[in-house]
Amino acid sequence: MEQVRGRLFVTVAGFGGLLLLTLVTAPLLGTTSISLARAFDRAMPFADNPDAQIFFVARLPRIMAAALVGGSLALAGAIFQALLRNPLATPDTLGVSSGAALGAMLAIAFHFDFAVAGLSSVSLSSLAGAIGALAIVYMLATARRRGLSTTVLLLAGVTMTAFFSALTLFVQYMSDFADTFRAVRWLMGALDVGSYAPLLAALPLTAIAFAMVAGLPRPLDLISLGADAAAARGVNVQQAERLALVSASLLTGAAVSISGPVAFVGLVVPHIVRLVVGSDHRLVLPASALFGATFLIGCDLVARTMFAPIELPVGIVTAIIGGPFFLWLLVRRT
Amino acid sequence: MKRPVLLVLAACLTVAAADAVPRRVVSLIPATTEMIFAMGAGSRLIAVSSYDKYPPEAMKLPRVGALLDPDTERILSLHPDLVIVYGTQTELKRSLDRATIPYYSYEHRALPDIMATVRAVGARIGYAAQANSLASSMERGLAEVRGAVAGRPRPRTLLVFERDRATLQNIYASGGYGFLADLLDVAGGDNIFADVKQQSVQAGTEQILARRPDVIVELRYGESAKNVDPSRDLRAWDSLGSVPAVRTKRLVILVGDQYVVPGPRIVQAARELGRALHPEARWGP
Repeated sequence: MEQVRGRLFVTVAGFGGLLLLTLVTAPLLGTTSISLARAFDRAMPFADNPDAQIFFVARLPRIMAAALVGGSLALAGAIFQALLRNPLATPDTLGVSSGAALGAMLAIAFHFDFAVAGLSSVSLSSLAGAIGALAIVYMLATARRRGLSTTVLLLAGVTMTAFFSALTLFVQYMSDFADTFRAVRWLMGALDVGSYAPLLAALPLTAIAFAMVAGLPRPLDLISLGADAAAARGVNVQQAERLALVSASLLTGAAVSISGPVAFVGLVVPHIVRLVVGSDHRLVLPASALFGATFLIGCDLVARTMFAPIELPVGIVTAIIGGPFFLWLLVRRT
Repeated sequence: MKRPVLLVLAACLTVAAADAVPRRVVSLIPATTEMIFAMGAGSRLIAVSSYDKYPPEAMKLPRVGALLDPDTERILSLHPDLVIVYGTQTELKRSLDRATIPYYSYEHRALPDIMATVRAVGARIGYAAQANSLASSMERGLAEVRGAVAGRPRPRTLLVFERDRATLQNIYASGGYGFLADLLDVAGGDNIFADVKQQSVQAGTEQILARRPDVIVELRYGESAKNVDPSRDLRAWDSLGSVPAVRTKRLVILVGDQYVVPGPRIVQAARELGRALHPEARWGP
């Protein structure tokens, strides 16, 4: 126990330090050079201070969004991979982000014309879509009292994904050309939120999910060995699985409502982390969240500066940077 | 022996010549549909695309799909003798080739290309003179707009054609290439993204804050033209208070399909854009 505590400290300090470094550096970098002295100059009214606006309106919310989305997706990926005992599981395996995509597509195609507390109708209905998908998966998984069967969950998830994707394509096909373009672009992910409202809206859900995750590491360790083995060691498998399912889905839904689906983070970050810290979930979960945040802030930095003034969709950058990096780690290890 | 062969050949050539002027034209692009109606050749059209909304007469014609979903079977069954397709519709072109139906391949480009297309389509359907006078009158109209704003200070302009309502997410603006960029130039504005040689630029908030436009013009067309409420829709920009356009409240919404259909109504679009950028200039009725 002492030993794990020591390793946990090292892991959190290491990955946390990396995240802190990224959080401090990223707002200083961008396509325009700004003066920090001017940005923090209280004497100048905020509305007349371009440096302050670039720092506090354009960069800071964007970096915080990247941290929140990256951390949530990576953590959700780690949980799904353990819960489903499948290394290929991602935050989308159970259809949550496909449900979110359908919600966003409906909002775009039917021009839902409302906004609540600075949140666009697209964000709101993608969140509704994610929660709807989660509800369906949860009902399917608990329909039979015996608890969740991994195989059933996986199959249900794949089916839901296909179903929602087909509905999304159907709506897309029937809609206006400009709307189709917007929808395709939404599916590539974007972090330029332009205000703190989307973050504040997603924060309560994310906080609830993080609180639920706190009790998960030990049960997940045992569940990844097999449900029976876990039950024999005194784990309430059914309860732990439900907790894992709901928390990971909440994380995914909240993240997707901010940025749209960002590919690859949820799949690959947990694996990178496991290559570094091993498979103990007491280490994997916090390290995934911390490294996911770092990774996405870094990718978004590339997305917004590499081809400036043109921006790349961040979902493209994550796979282009993450893919080769992950392959290199794999090869080096074997 | 030779003479009958020649006669048959001559007869064939005559038929071919008579057929050379298409009388059953299908237009799959709203811009070319508008051109054909404007040059007075509307009676030659037998079908249009599902995006066509102007002029009202076009709405009465059968609709045979559009850019991504042309109804090839329906098009073939109408026995057209010319189909105006978009450059990227390769599948459709292949089907038309197999059916030996001639097509005219069109693509959106810069502003002068609109007049060039008017002339080319007109010549192709036997309306060369009418097309020429239409194109010339469009050129005169654009020159008038240029004249009206000449010598006035040109405001640095952000021309937005796509944005999430209520937030500043997913902003797409005109880059330095294409008919919208040219239209802005004619209307007396300097595009803040002129250095990006693309038709569209995803404009991040940092870029907008750094490039400091004097005027922000948003275009609303198609479905997004419904429920336009400028005071509510423009509120999202308030968070970029250091941008001159926001501080001096030079934020404009222009509504209508004429801004995005590169056809004859582009002259009207240029005039309205010019009026929005230079309200103090002298504008005719």
